[in-house]
Amino acid sequence: MPALPPRRILSIWLAELAMDRWRMLYNPPPLGEVAAPQGADGGGSAASPPPTCLRQATSPKEGGSESPLVLIADSAHGPRITAANLAGYAAGAQAGMMLADARALCPQVATAPADPAGDLLFLEQLALWAQRWGPWSALDPPDGLVVDVTGVAHLYGGEAALLEDARRRLAARGLAARLAIAPTAGAAWALAHFGDGAAIMQAVDSLDHLPVAALRLDPATLLVLRRLGLKRIGELSGVARDALARRFRTIRAPAANPLIRLDQLCGRVPEPLLPVVAAEVPLVQRRLLEPIRHRSLLDRVVDDLCADMARLLESKAVGARRLELGLWKVDGEVVVRALEMAMASRDPAHIARLFAHRLDNIDAGFGIELARLRAPWTEPLALSQRDLEAAAEAHGTSLPACIDRLTARLGQGAVRRPLPRASHLPERAQVWGEPLSGAPSTSVDGLRHRPTPPPGHPEHTIPLGGRVGEWAGAASSREAGKERPLKLLDRAEPIAVLYASPDGLPRRFRWRGEVHEITRAEGPERIAPEWWRERGTVRLRDYYRIEDGQGRRYWIYRAGLPDDGRGGVPEWFLQGLCG
Amino acid sequence: MTVPTPLSAFARRKPLSPLWAAPSQAAAARWRPGLPDGALHGEVFASSREGGGAAFALALALDRLHAARPDPAADMPDERPWLWVQDAAAVRLTGRPYRPGLPPQLRHRLIHVMASKPEDALFALEEALRCRDLAFVIGEVAGNPRVLDFTASRRLSLTAERHGVPLWLVRIDARRDLGSARMRWEARAAPSQPLRWNAQAPGVPAWHAELFRARAHPPGEWVLEGGAELVSRPLSVGAKGLGLMA
Repeated sequence: MPALPPRRILSIWLAELAMDRWRMLYNPPPLGEVAAPQGADGGGSAASPPPTCLRQATSPKEGGSESPLVLIADSAHGPRITAANLAGYAAGAQAGMMLADARALCPQVATAPADPAGDLLFLEQLALWAQRWGPWSALDPPDGLVVDVTGVAHLYGGEAALLEDARRRLAARGLAARLAIAPTAGAAWALAHFGDGAAIMQAVDSLDHLPVAALRLDPATLLVLRRLGLKRIGELSGVARDALARRFRTIRAPAANPLIRLDQLCGRVPEPLLPVVAAEVPLVQRRLLEPIRHRSLLDRVVDDLCADMARLLESKAVGARRLELGLWKVDGEVVVRALEMAMASRDPAHIARLFAHRLDNIDAGFGIELARLRAPWTEPLALSQRDLEAAAEAHGTSLPACIDRLTARLGQGAVRRPLPRASHLPERAQVWGEPLSGAPSTSVDGLRHRPTPPPGHPEHTIPLGGRVGEWAGAASSREAGKERPLKLLDRAEPIAVLYASPDGLPRRFRWRGEVHEITRAEGPERIAPEWWRERGTVRLRDYYRIEDGQGRRYWIYRAGLPDDGRGGVPEWFLQGLCG
Repeated sequence: MTVPTPLSAFARRKPLSPLWAAPSQAAAARWRPGLPDGALHGEVFASSREGGGAAFALALALDRLHAARPDPAADMPDERPWLWVQDAAAVRLTGRPYRPGLPPQLRHRLIHVMASKPEDALFALEEALRCRDLAFVIGEVAGNPRVLDFTASRRLSLTAERHGVPLWLVRIDARRDLGSARMRWEARAAPSQPLRWNAQAPGVPAWHAELFRARAHPPGEWVLEGGAELVSRPLSVGAKGLGLMA
């Protein structure tokens, strides 16, 4: 069996991402004057703070003449510095410092707001762009990228040439970057942050000389290690591993456990990375020559959009589950209407009809000039033959279409189906689920043969409707004497017992202002509270099925026993109406 | 045949006769459980103090499902879902359907629609009747809402007959207003027969049902028992007396 080639991971650290972005946005370099590729940095001492070597990597045009600038973000105690330019660092500003302190050091420091969300978005775009060097890439927030370059380097003429290419292209975009290629993501990260700026690590190389901060640990753990006197990665392996394992045995998070990080660095523990995948959202739009203000025209536009979208979806062999219709108005407002469907669909008439319910309360104002339809959530849907019958109208709608129409008008939670749940309490024994969640169930006979779930698992919910068992009293048969009522009131209603027989069952009671005389009764069926879920003071219930003199059947219960010590005289409630 | 099958209603072979027209002698057969072709739109008037109205409507629906001749080519049991539409007042008065209490063959097929207003309930009923995948539809509307007039009722009748989906509309605490339902029932609970093994327990549910208007049948009264299938019990004096009292 041929051995897999060793993994090669390229780590890119954009050490001054925020500052570089600010420079790109507000101070773009003139064309032709982009930075020339820099030679390898001198590489400061390994334990020194990282930005020192980077300052040489920035473009040469900003020398010492540039005025100090810091990017600030608001915090609870006032503005705090998140990044600074070269002159800012030289003037004494540090990331994490309060702006007031920096002003005390250097009164003429200029400020600009930081944009972490924009930085992250930029990083995502950059991750896609970085796939030019490898088949997949992942984010390493807040300012790093990871690219898998296994088996790719020969296309560039070797790994050194690949690094050179990456460095040149990143520099051409005005980004200061430090790069490294290593067999694992952890090692590549360590070398990118603490190596010489363009490091290539072979599997036999050792990283023992790097500081422990290269293990991607959080500050508290770093402090612990420093107090223990462990400064370099090599010293970690010098200590007996058992001692370290004992100290960190309760810590599961990798960022707080140096042993896990060390294993990830050496490749002894796999480290899953989430690759960035570009997803294209199907989108159609209509620019309108003349702003429309009337509903009939809008309906026609929506019809056209739906037809376009159906063609687009058909070409991708998908169907839409969620659709968003955006209407741009002349006065600068945007109205968005979203729609979710029970099953993937690309029937234009169906979609247009669903949207028609949502367009009733749109204020067109001075008119709508642009309509756009997106399908952010799609699912595969095979191509199907078009319904050729002209009389399709007479054949009715399908069930998913019917449910979509009902949901569009009545709201999201209006159409549901009852599903069994493993609970003894009657009102908890049924939950309401999605109308089409359960597949059409197979056999009802299977219910009886299913063993009941162990009572030690109170939250064990039976997933699908019908196919799997109803449990406890739910799988009742008439013989078992555990028949359940046809309908359950939302809240059990108290009844006033007017006359009770000696065994405790009422003979006559009043409910909703009318007196009922009980002629037949069956019970009690005692249902104890679910002690693993409820408080200890909840009382048990004794259920009776009763029939009054006119044949009306109810399901009543007594909450508690007279001497159970959990309250006063037990009360009676009517909970269900039998058929 | 004067019973409007879906096809005949669709093709309009026969002009619709007015409601008060006496049924022809061939159609004047007394209704009994298990008739193969029942009406597609029925109304059941019932009180809010009992669950009997909905239970009786369900029993009628099951009776129709049983009586329908099975398709000889089909080897699968009927597993189509069915819809239960309730408006908010009906839920408040008589509660929601409870899955463990439903007939076992219908439990897993229920889709419940909760409409806040009677208009929405009528919309849901009409949309459901247009759906070809449903076995039947049960509606529950409380009182006599203004929107449920003769026109709305007739819309429901025509839709049901056009698409062949049966509808039973339970009217809770309602007057007998104008309506175009093909069979209109008044139902209330009837004392059950004692069980053989436990005479003290409530028995098989029974209803006293009065058919006060029907197109194909003369009016009449029945005591119906809904066990495994709907059976008719002789109208006892006791039940009649109670009925007069109520």
